[in-house]
Amino acid sequence: MNKLKLIIIREYLAKVRNKSFVIMTFLSPILMVAMILLIAYLTKINDSEKRIVTVLNESDYFSNAFQPSESISYIKLRNLSLQEAKDSTIAMGNFGLLHIPRNSSLEETTAEAFLFTKESPASMVLDRIETIFQNRLRQNRLQKLGVSAAEFANIDDEFEIKTASFSGEKNLKGLNEIKAFIGGAFGYLIMMFIIIYGGFVMRSVIEEKTSRIIEVIISSVKPFQLMLGKIIGTSLAGITQFAIWIISASLLLFVSMALLDIDVNTLNSNPMLTQNAMTGMATMPAPVESELQFYALELFKIPWVLLIISFIIYFVLGYLIYSSIYAAIGAAVDNETDTQQFIFPIILPLMLAIYVGFFSVFSNPHGPIAVGFSLFPLTSPIVMMMRLPSGIGEGGVPLWQLFTSIALLAVTFLGIVWLAAKIYRVGILMYGKKPSYKDLFKWLKY
Amino acid sequence: MNNILVAENVSKKFGEHTALSNISLEIPKNSIYGFLGPNGAGKTTLIRIINQITYPDTGRVYFDGKPLAPEHIATIGYLPEERGLYKSMKVGEQALYLAQLKGLSKAEAKKRLAYWFERLQIGDWWNKKIQELSKGMAQKIQFIVTVLHEPKLLIFDEPFSGFDPINANMIKDEILALKDKGTSIIFSTHRMESVEELCEYITLLHESEKILDGKLADIKRSHKRNIFNVGITIQDHKEKLLKDLEAQYSILSSNYDQTHHQLDLRLQLPNDDTKTVLQMLSNKGNINHFEEMIPSANDIFIQTVKSKDQ
Repeated sequence: MNKLKLIIIREYLAKVRNKSFVIMTFLSPILMVAMILLIAYLTKINDSEKRIVTVLNESDYFSNAFQPSESISYIKLRNLSLQEAKDSTIAMGNFGLLHIPRNSSLEETTAEAFLFTKESPASMVLDRIETIFQNRLRQNRLQKLGVSAAEFANIDDEFEIKTASFSGEKNLKGLNEIKAFIGGAFGYLIMMFIIIYGGFVMRSVIEEKTSRIIEVIISSVKPFQLMLGKIIGTSLAGITQFAIWIISASLLLFVSMALLDIDVNTLNSNPMLTQNAMTGMATMPAPVESELQFYALELFKIPWVLLIISFIIYFVLGYLIYSSIYAAIGAAVDNETDTQQFIFPIILPLMLAIYVGFFSVFSNPHGPIAVGFSLFPLTSPIVMMMRLPSGIGEGGVPLWQLFTSIALLAVTFLGIVWLAAKIYRVGILMYGKKPSYKDLFKWLKY
Repeated sequence: MNNILVAENVSKKFGEHTALSNISLEIPKNSIYGFLGPNGAGKTTLIRIINQITYPDTGRVYFDGKPLAPEHIATIGYLPEERGLYKSMKVGEQALYLAQLKGLSKAEAKKRLAYWFERLQIGDWWNKKIQELSKGMAQKIQFIVTVLHEPKLLIFDEPFSGFDPINANMIKDEILALKDKGTSIIFSTHRMESVEELCEYITLLHESEKILDGKLADIKRSHKRNIFNVGITIQDHKEKLLKDLEAQYSILSSNYDQTHHQLDLRLQLPNDDTKTVLQMLSNKGNINHFEEMIPSANDIFIQTVKSKDQ
């Protein structure tokens, strides 16, 4: 296998020495950190913007209802007409004017209350004001039923049910989501790697075809060796790149956070951001102080060894399946513009896996859809990785599902690589014709 | 073992299309052998089978007396019709890589490359990228990597297409030098005149079938039709000469140049006896030239295909 080694080294060096690779590798972490910082900064600005609402309350109700909060404060106006109130609100440059007219009953009062704003009002402001009204109405109705104000204050006590597994271990809420996030990060990583590096493999094959070196090479080595060497060499370059990214991105983030004094919690309160950050670093939402230890404990209990071993298996098999398809596509066409019709069907299962993962597996990691997609070989690398953080066996992925999934993946791997190698072998020597699916099918029989 | 390569009843189909049907041939050692035939005749498929890029559906191929096997790859050098190099790779690295793929050690490859770079006077290209070189320069590199591992059998598919005349000549000389060292060489081309002069043996392929093969000289001899071109200076009795000739031979064409008194004739003789006609001619005037029309490979090809179709 000396020749395979030669091919792998050449492909690796050709990729790593490429200028765009070098630039991408060192620019991406900087861009990524810059993005995160920008988002954090914008979130901070957004949060700190305080809206002032002028309140013209002519009724007998709501005398103490409008308490300033983090994002809204109220200015109460007295003895003004509505028009005067409007004018002064505009003059003060406030967010809006809440007008509560005088009426005989609370119901009529609330029904005729109006919020005037310059622009269409932010949903957060509406929510808050509506909540105030709703609470007041509820209180009123309950008072009519004979509930005192003191009793009413206690009525809304929040309740959280305690949960535990049958074996008596304490469960924590939100843990499923955290686990799914960790799994999602692995799945997302697999998808990104396949799309980026599969594309590299494809372009590299096309380059060999267009430079017409291909026949020179396959008179020395078997086409399958060349394909395999190319896939492995390119993926090693990819792993190098990911390693550099993860290390340098974490370093940069760490340093810049220390320098700019940005609280990690600010970042985590933005779910979009957490999701982005997941690809590189698994940051956890900050839980309530008292439960922190439990969460830490639970995170320890996540079967990391299982996760990492499975990740390697799913990553290697999944990547090999997809990149050999990419190689076959590269071999079939003469230039990159002809690849579109073939690439779409590859991206489809990947996208499907990610969406199914985020929408279905997060909420129900062991439901029928999650099980189905984690067994189906083209989606299983991503979907199974999202299910696995809850462990195997009781409460997690049943062992048979894991084994079936891996077995199906392995069989598919052999089948697809065999088919792809056949298309590759014929395709690399075909010039000047844009092949159809029918042609590819014919090549399988050559 | 006098043959470097023997093919027995080799057939290859691509789907419905037959690329080769029942080809058998023998390529003697240390010879220059031509695969001749129009585009699509099956030459490239046959070459790819010899290079083990594709495999025959039926039939056998022997290399140096043994069934063709992967270990023979290192003893074959192949310059394909569709050829090129990695554009963004440095000349030296690339040549080393391709040489190592052919089984040379890195040190040995370096040594031989130094020799060839010196020989073709391209020593200072080692660190240049192919995209910085002209086409002619790249062709030299291409040639070097084809012959570097000192193969027993060299295969050139359309060797002179795309080569400028100077490089084509250089390559022709190098190929002949390699032949003198004992290498066997296969040329494949659809432009039959281009390698005819080099080939000792040829195979004519047409629509996947072998229609003729053997020693080129023998083939030509068997295809000659005793047609001769004659140039004779004659002043008088021209009509009488033509009459006498017509009585015994058929005159295919005749042309008389008044100013130089030169008569050019093309004669069809009944056999290869030239003595009688020469005597007859030399009595009438000065013979300027008398030569047999030897058919070219192309003529033979057309003639053979025609006779087959009839």
